[in-house]
Amino acid sequence: MSAIYKRELHAYLTSAIGYAFIALFFAVSGGVFVYTTLYAGTANPANYYSSMLIFFVILLPILTMKSFSEERKLRTEQLLLTAPVSIPAMVIAKFLAAMTIFSSCTVLCSCSFLLLAKYATVRAATVFGNLIAILLVGGAFIAIGLFVSALTENQLAAAIGTVGIILTFFAVPKLNSFIPVYWIRFVLSGVSIFSRFSNFTQGAFDFSALLYYLSVMAVFLLLTGRVYDRRRYR
Amino acid sequence: MSQTDKPENEKKGTAMIKVEHLVKRYGGAAFALDDVSFEIGEGEIVGLLGPNGAGKSTAMNILTGYLSTTSGKAEIGGVDILENPIEAKRMIGYLPEQPPVYPDMTVTEYLRFVYELKGCGFPREQHLADVMAAVKITDVKGRLIRNLSKGYRQRVGIAQALIGDPKVIIFDEPTVGLDPKQILEIRNLIRNLGRTHTVILSTHILAEVQSVCERIIIINHGRIIANERAEDLARVIEDNTHFRYAIVGDKNAVLDGLKGVQGVASVTPMNEREGDAFRYLVEGKRGVDVRRGVFRVCAENGWPILSLGAVGDDLESIFIRLVDRSDKEIDRK
Repeated sequence: MSAIYKRELHAYLTSAIGYAFIALFFAVSGGVFVYTTLYAGTANPANYYSSMLIFFVILLPILTMKSFSEERKLRTEQLLLTAPVSIPAMVIAKFLAAMTIFSSCTVLCSCSFLLLAKYATVRAATVFGNLIAILLVGGAFIAIGLFVSALTENQLAAAIGTVGIILTFFAVPKLNSFIPVYWIRFVLSGVSIFSRFSNFTQGAFDFSALLYYLSVMAVFLLLTGRVYDRRRYR
Repeated sequence: MSQTDKPENEKKGTAMIKVEHLVKRYGGAAFALDDVSFEIGEGEIVGLLGPNGAGKSTAMNILTGYLSTTSGKAEIGGVDILENPIEAKRMIGYLPEQPPVYPDMTVTEYLRFVYELKGCGFPREQHLADVMAAVKITDVKGRLIRNLSKGYRQRVGIAQALIGDPKVIIFDEPTVGLDPKQILEIRNLIRNLGRTHTVILSTHILAEVQSVCERIIIINHGRIIANERAEDLARVIEDNTHFRYAIVGDKNAVLDGLKGVQGVASVTPMNEREGDAFRYLVEGKRGVDVRRGVFRVCAENGWPILSLGAVGDDLESIFIRLVDRSDKEIDRK
């Protein structure tokens, strides 16, 4: 498993896509920080993180689109699947590698608030809560991205598919108010990735939200493993 | 030949690969493999032959754990590949049809990755150096695989299969893209590997099978149609009726003499000479071996036979005739 993890990190850090992702992430983060925090004249990180979340819809699929589709295209998946490594280990290694790149970028960008703390009062707990929340949501997006990437050998299709699924999660609470049946509204609001984000942004630790995001990750990672299992039995 | 009638060679050593009644269907459609059984002993080199789509790659993919079976059993070194895949995969080195290399890595980086992936226990750098030397890629070890020629990539693929010194090595078309000198080197390498490893070699190049393999398994339409030692394969074809003769003597007299032999269907002079002899193509009637009759006629008339060869006993002809025969059998059914 550690071999695949290292190989993935190597691929991110030697490819144009990896650097494009990192550059874009920092540029977007810088812009968002200026607009939501400096121009707004506030030291509250909630706006920054909520806005970043919207950009993740486009950014994170860039990170995950290659993961499995490229292996399939290059036929290197035959090496992985005939090596003494289990399918879950392979999926988790790829997930952790993508998470490493993503969380490194996120944590580094959050250092803006350290600088800000020199000039204004920044509540560490709020920043920390937001950071945890955004890492969890990002993890869920990455799991979705990996799943879609395992379905196709076309990277572009993988990216677009991932954006599609994430946008569906986005749209659920917006459409929800148009649904007249209470229990459907109740279920759909439970499925929404974003409604659970708000508690964290206020600096409160929401255990059920934590469990929810971990479940989304687990479900999509399991589905990714299933894609490979099914291909063996096709 | 019945599939249970195994050649003597199959009993060489203990069985490293054991396949029993293997069946594979893709999505409920036609059989990719239909009740295939065979055993391959330790230190044996076996060639897997068959037309495209016959089921060779499916068989290899099942043996390496890449695909699952519909029914049946496959064991590597006594370990069931379906029940205990990780353990079984540890014993296998596999070169798929397309070498599974990452273009963005250097050769050394890639082989280190494979070494870690397989969880090998040898001293790493020494082992990698040995493998690279064996397939002659040491001079490109620092280069990106993306920039290597097809032949080098193929050899990196072979190196990858050898990492960890697996007991069973499975090669799918290992010499594709290599130049003639490299092909000979790789064939020698495979022959050497066969001394201590069990090797399955799938290829379209019949000369390769003939020069490297001790036993040949021919698959057609998902069934084994021959499983013989290389030198015994001709025996499978019983209806050998065409012979090429070089006979010294007056051409017309010889021609008439040969035509008079019982069982001869036709005699064709070939307009070629071998020293002072003329060449003739003699065709016997189906099921009749005309060689004895021809010998008697020549001996009685004092015509020395300088050479005699069966037409179509090269592997290529045997292969084509076996496949044709099995196609006809399937058509009849």
